[in-house]
Amino acid sequence: MRTLHQFHGGIHPAPHKSQSTQQAIARAPMPRSLVIPLRQHAGEAAKPCVNTGDHVLKGQRIGTPEGLLSSSIHAPTSGTIASIALHQIAHPSALPDLCVTLIPDGQDTWCERQAVDFLRLSAGELQQRLRDFGIVGLGGAVFPSDLKLHHPIKVDTLILNGAECEPYITCDDMLMRERAAEIVRGIVMLRHVLEAGGVVIGIEDNKPEAIAAMRAAVSAAQLDYAVIAVPTIYPGGSAKHLIKVLTGLEVPSGKLPTDIGVQCFNVATALSIKRALDDGEPLISRVVTVTGNVEHPRNYEALIGTAFSDLIDLSVPKRDTNRYIMGGPMMGVELPAVNVPLVKASNCVIAASDTLFPPAPPALPCIRCTRCVQVCPAELQPQDLYWFAKSNNFGKAQEFSLADCIECGACAYVCPSHIPLVQYYRYAKSEIRERSAEKLAADKARERHEYRQFRIEREKQEKAEKLAQREAAAKAAAIVTPSLDDTQQLRINEAIERAKAQAAEAHPKNTDSLTPEQQAEIATIEARRAKIRELATDAGADDEPHKTS
Amino acid sequence: MITALWVMIALAALLGIVLGFSAIRFKIEGNPLVEKIDAVLPQTQCGQCGYPGCKPYAEALAKGEADINLCPPGGDDGIHKLADLLGVEYKPFGGDAKPKAKAVAFIDEQTCIGCTLCIQACPVDAIVGAAKQMHTVIASECTGCELCLPPCPVDCISMPVVEERLTDWKWKHPVFALKQIT
Repeated sequence: MRTLHQFHGGIHPAPHKSQSTQQAIARAPMPRSLVIPLRQHAGEAAKPCVNTGDHVLKGQRIGTPEGLLSSSIHAPTSGTIASIALHQIAHPSALPDLCVTLIPDGQDTWCERQAVDFLRLSAGELQQRLRDFGIVGLGGAVFPSDLKLHHPIKVDTLILNGAECEPYITCDDMLMRERAAEIVRGIVMLRHVLEAGGVVIGIEDNKPEAIAAMRAAVSAAQLDYAVIAVPTIYPGGSAKHLIKVLTGLEVPSGKLPTDIGVQCFNVATALSIKRALDDGEPLISRVVTVTGNVEHPRNYEALIGTAFSDLIDLSVPKRDTNRYIMGGPMMGVELPAVNVPLVKASNCVIAASDTLFPPAPPALPCIRCTRCVQVCPAELQPQDLYWFAKSNNFGKAQEFSLADCIECGACAYVCPSHIPLVQYYRYAKSEIRERSAEKLAADKARERHEYRQFRIEREKQEKAEKLAQREAAAKAAAIVTPSLDDTQQLRINEAIERAKAQAAEAHPKNTDSLTPEQQAEIATIEARRAKIRELATDAGADDEPHKTS
Repeated sequence: MITALWVMIALAALLGIVLGFSAIRFKIEGNPLVEKIDAVLPQTQCGQCGYPGCKPYAEALAKGEADINLCPPGGDDGIHKLADLLGVEYKPFGGDAKPKAKAVAFIDEQTCIGCTLCIQACPVDAIVGAAKQMHTVIASECTGCELCLPPCPVDCISMPVVEERLTDWKWKHPVFALKQIT
């Protein structure tokens, strides 16, 4: 018999689970169009790898992972890509995100499915396959499962989370009742990859059918997995709290379960891992609970990308329904519009009305009754965190471990002043995240600016050095010139001498070997020249020119 | 009486030596306050404070020469932080110094003539390009300082405000109607 442990606090909200467990999981009909967001997992959005107008087959990859923390996206059925554009998604911001719109061709033709023997693959190959097959945690956080298979120390205990503690949600319950054998097969694979010591499947004791089905499947497979009924208490399905209940170990603040030798997976994730390895089927559909203010609350297996409105119409919403909540009533977010697509994270959609969820009365001042402290499962001081968040004192909120808050809403549930505490914590967390991003950006800008200044300084120095070098060279040349001057002058003098000598030596060639007539002619010309010179000098004296013939 | 005097003189001399030694031994280069102030400033390097960058403004603040309300990119929060750090009274923005919404530079590549003037003006090297080649802004590095706007001879740089995206969307501070108005 396993000793169970207790975590601090917790609440017991009305479960409202039986409404949606009366009927088996139904397969939702093929919608006329599917809008598949490319960001369905924690981390970077997938990059589309198809083009508008392409024909794709069921299970064909349409988005490839970008970066380490990312996953793949696949076509949920065969058809034609109508567009890759911004579309409103199930997010409280009501902001659009990049989505692939697929028009099904009605054939539902599978692409080639390759089953693998997981025993023959290495851990690295298995991780790559999970990444390629878009397997992410289906418990709500949609963290890529391949990354959860890295473990720095030996994993002693592998925990399968079937607690499903939030009211109204029953998708995991129905999945365990109907597909226990497949889930157990997935657990075998997970245990193999993680080389885990023991396996514990934790299910809240308000799901006796699921517990029985899982026990039967485990014994049918002749395995020694422990299927444990854990006490029903909210938020017992939070990974950290389930680990505490089942093992007594506490995951330290800021650490991961693998750091203390435990790893935790949702049961639906185990099933999708089984399908990825045994059947070669990527994650293209999930079970979703449609409940609340509807005529026929039920679980549907729906393709990713199906509009919520299609699923809600199947269950026929009651007339006074005025809004829809994705997720449970404790942690869920209101849908910005009813036609947004189903994503891997959507475990439940609740039709809400003012009679089902009466609007909260106006918030009154905090009276510091500390009821929130009594129920906080993270052992925080919610009333102090509220005070700090409200007054924008985020540093203090961080000191009081706001980051450890799991936003379960237990504090707001018991608050006699009806203060929407979780909203304050979400606000403070957003602000802290933004500020740290700004700080990082500022640090980067400072670094770049300093480097730029350093570079400019260096360039200036280099330029100055070059200039100095050139000046030095010029100066050096100037110093060398006088010594050269002598030789140059010498050379010049020599050249002049040489030229003079040459001129002296040179005789006009046409004066040699002349005939007597020529000599006589020259003589007369010379005589005439002499006479002219004489006359010229005389003329200079007499100032009277004489002409000779 | 004389003994007491000697004791006092000896003590004074001893303490003087210790203090003198530690002043040399543990001398701090620069003013550590400047670093602290610089860490609070938003590092846009925009010069709107009248100093050529965040560090010079931090130095002026440390010397007590500058006011704490000169940094519009830091916003009201920035003034509060500076007031806390320097132990002075909070002072609201004066004159036309008003914080603006976060924007990044955008170069109209059709109009850009490749003059490199904006590249030289950018304090964080967030513009790439070369002479007579088209320039473009690395949006993730741009601090939105607007220093590239004045030198552009063809006015091809605009400062579009950064729109809220899904990845940086924030939960808002809860607001309630105090009384239902019917």
